[in-house]
Amino acid sequence: MTEKPNTYSALSEVGAIRENRTIFANIKISLLKSPLTARFGMVVILIYAVVAIFAPLIAPYGEAEVFPIPYAPWSSEFIFGTDQIGRDIFSRMVYGARNTVGIAVATTLLAFLIGGSLGLAAAINRSYLDLVFSRTVDVLMAIPQLIFALVLLSIFGSTVINLIMIIAILDSTRVFRLTRAVSLNVVVMDYVEAARLRGEGLGWVMRKEILPNILPPLIAEFGLRFCFVFLSIAALSFLGVGIQPPTADWGSMVRENASLIQFAKYDLKAGITPLLPAAAIALLTVAVNFVVDWFLHKTSGIRDE
Amino acid sequence: MSKDKTSQNILLQVKELQIEGFSDEKWHKIIKGVDLTLFKGEVLGIIGESGAGKSTLGLAAMGYTQPGCRITGGQILFNGENLARLSESKKRKYWGNRMTYVAQSAAASFNPAHRLINQTTDSTVRAGLKNRNDAFKEARKLYEALNLPDPHNIGNRYPHQVSGGQLQRIMTAMAMSPNPDLIVFDEPTTALDVTTQVEVLGAMRSIVEEFNTAAIYITHDLSVVAQMADRIKVLRYGEQVEEAETRVMLESPKEEYTKSLWSVRSLQKKEEVEEDIVLEMKSISAAYGAARVLFDVGIKLPRGRTVAVVGESGSGKSTAARVITGLLPPSEGSVMFSGESLPAELKNRTREQLQKIQMIYQMADVAMNPRQTVREIIGRPLEFYLGMKGELNRSRTIELLELIDLDESFIDRLPSELSGGQKQRICIARALAANPEVIICDEVTSALDQIVQEGILQLLMRLQKEFQISYLFITHDISTVKAISDQVVVMSEGKVVEQGLKSIVFSPPHPDYTQLLLSSVPEMDPDWLTNILKKRS
Repeated sequence: MTEKPNTYSALSEVGAIRENRTIFANIKISLLKSPLTARFGMVVILIYAVVAIFAPLIAPYGEAEVFPIPYAPWSSEFIFGTDQIGRDIFSRMVYGARNTVGIAVATTLLAFLIGGSLGLAAAINRSYLDLVFSRTVDVLMAIPQLIFALVLLSIFGSTVINLIMIIAILDSTRVFRLTRAVSLNVVVMDYVEAARLRGEGLGWVMRKEILPNILPPLIAEFGLRFCFVFLSIAALSFLGVGIQPPTADWGSMVRENASLIQFAKYDLKAGITPLLPAAAIALLTVAVNFVVDWFLHKTSGIRDE
Repeated sequence: MSKDKTSQNILLQVKELQIEGFSDEKWHKIIKGVDLTLFKGEVLGIIGESGAGKSTLGLAAMGYTQPGCRITGGQILFNGENLARLSESKKRKYWGNRMTYVAQSAAASFNPAHRLINQTTDSTVRAGLKNRNDAFKEARKLYEALNLPDPHNIGNRYPHQVSGGQLQRIMTAMAMSPNPDLIVFDEPTTALDVTTQVEVLGAMRSIVEEFNTAAIYITHDLSVVAQMADRIKVLRYGEQVEEAETRVMLESPKEEYTKSLWSVRSLQKKEEVEEDIVLEMKSISAAYGAARVLFDVGIKLPRGRTVAVVGESGSGKSTAARVITGLLPPSEGSVMFSGESLPAELKNRTREQLQKIQMIYQMADVAMNPRQTVREIIGRPLEFYLGMKGELNRSRTIELLELIDLDESFIDRLPSELSGGQKQRICIARALAANPEVIICDEVTSALDQIVQEGILQLLMRLQKEFQISYLFITHDISTVKAISDQVVVMSEGKVVEQGLKSIVFSPPHPDYTQLLLSSVPEMDPDWLTNILKKRS
């Protein structure tokens, strides 16, 4: 070997290295750069969360407390009046945040747990497992979701547990599809092969090698999926097979007070009342979508030029 | 080649050019005040390591900056007009017309949905330089000049119907079609096999000479630039190191950095004989579905030695590695490890068997999970094979980091925070962590700059001495083989053409294929390409 004129050192070698930042510093930077819509969305979601968590402290009355005056007008005593059997609408909206949002979150989480793990397993084991899961999902997706949910709910009965299970399973088909698709791109990477050559089991490869790399699209999908689940629950409740009375829920509240809307020409406030829970649903959906859009935009690597 | 070097003959003049790129919330200087002069009909070679700013400079010569970059100072005078100040729409009149660009990966640069000849002539026709028929005729002539097979009909094919080398030549035809004043070649042969590279280089050079086109040739391969360029400019960290006529530059480089680039391939290992065979492939045949890729391959790997497997892409050398690791069970034959037969399939192998054979990959960035830190990457095999946990695991990880010339400060970094060479070192440490007897190196240096390559090869040799590890070194690069191997296996089309000690394989007489392979490796001599083409024709 001849003498080298320069002293090469691996330590001092610099390529396109990125600054070493903590996770918090990264979050802070992205929050500072977030667009107005995303900030609005985050504030709205935060308010909903606070209302849902502290519902008993915020609501002036109980969710099933009945007062002698049905259809009471808006007043200082009943902020948004009372409903057809004399329950305070404002209190029910506050409790509704807890029930509807809580059930939607639980359902979405369950859907991701089922769809995500099956999707990952299918992507890694491309043989019979993938075939069985994918075809089953195809069959489930071929049936219109709302009608399928209606059928299943009328077979098994409308309890909260059944509602969560049925919607979660139906929605997990979409999650399965997405997880499988994004994992397929990761499964072919050399580091997954390296882990298999090391002799790692299916569980490790799923959790440690693939999951962290497909998390951004899954989180974005979580937001969207949450909106769909939320709307399905509201729709089912509106049809009378969702969350059962006396539990307060925005979907059924729209239905129960729907008749009030025809009094709008005599008393505008009364006419608006049934629209309030609908507006609450719409606002949350829009807010979540704002945040998801921003997140998707960030993770997909599109630059603003 | 003597060119008329008067000021009227200047085609392109770049003065004090400065370019910044935006990353990590900050603007960084990429080009720090570079001057460049290009005369009509002259070929200028730009060389440097990755990150030196050579591609940025090449594109800037056309007045173009990549998204996320901006020109902050200086002038780019093309025929006297300052491109740095020109609006996008005015520059577009030059692009694909007076000046054209040949990208590194032709396969990624063609639109798969259009026929090649339409893509070749598109910009010429659109600019109104020629009508469609004339342009097609010209294109066919160019195909012929570029030695493409069946030049009259090849244009009717789609990009996926021709090979990589052919596609690269068609891209050159595309760049030549409008008879431009300037072509920028950005590493056009890096992705090609050596035997194909010779043909493409020869074709490019003759066509540039024939049409008297000026060209900027960007590459990190010195021996390639020696064949192509009249003058060479060396870049480092966005600054010019030196510039001189090719022959002057090759014979007497002035700067230390240039000298270090020139001397890089002086590394040579002395071959040693060893009788104890650690790994043996016994008459292996293998197939992907119906396509057979390996035919009766037998390779012996002596303990503590390096066997280099050489061949072009498609020769089956990587498939041989897949058979050894158990990813592809062979249809015939078996793999013996220390005298015992290994189970054909990965899932039937014991943890100890897996531990003894480790692998290092070509692309270090995809061989490491981007979401795991260095500690997790190196620590996992320690925990998995050796049961090391907690503090013991950490201290061993640091030991391994020091072994590969890095230190403790790297332990919490993510792969994206490492340079290319450092990434490959971490991969070596990961393989080393398992205490293996055999490491399969699959093109481990081919994605790296030459200086970094040398560092990695030296590290591998040092580790071999220290721990008696055997390497099966898969590569297409002959100079790497000369540097590191004890024995050489030459493969072609799934068969072993020749094997034996390095000194025997590399000295004549050669079988035809070995001869072709060896003679296709570019040398630093600027007359090499001319001689080799003369000899072959």
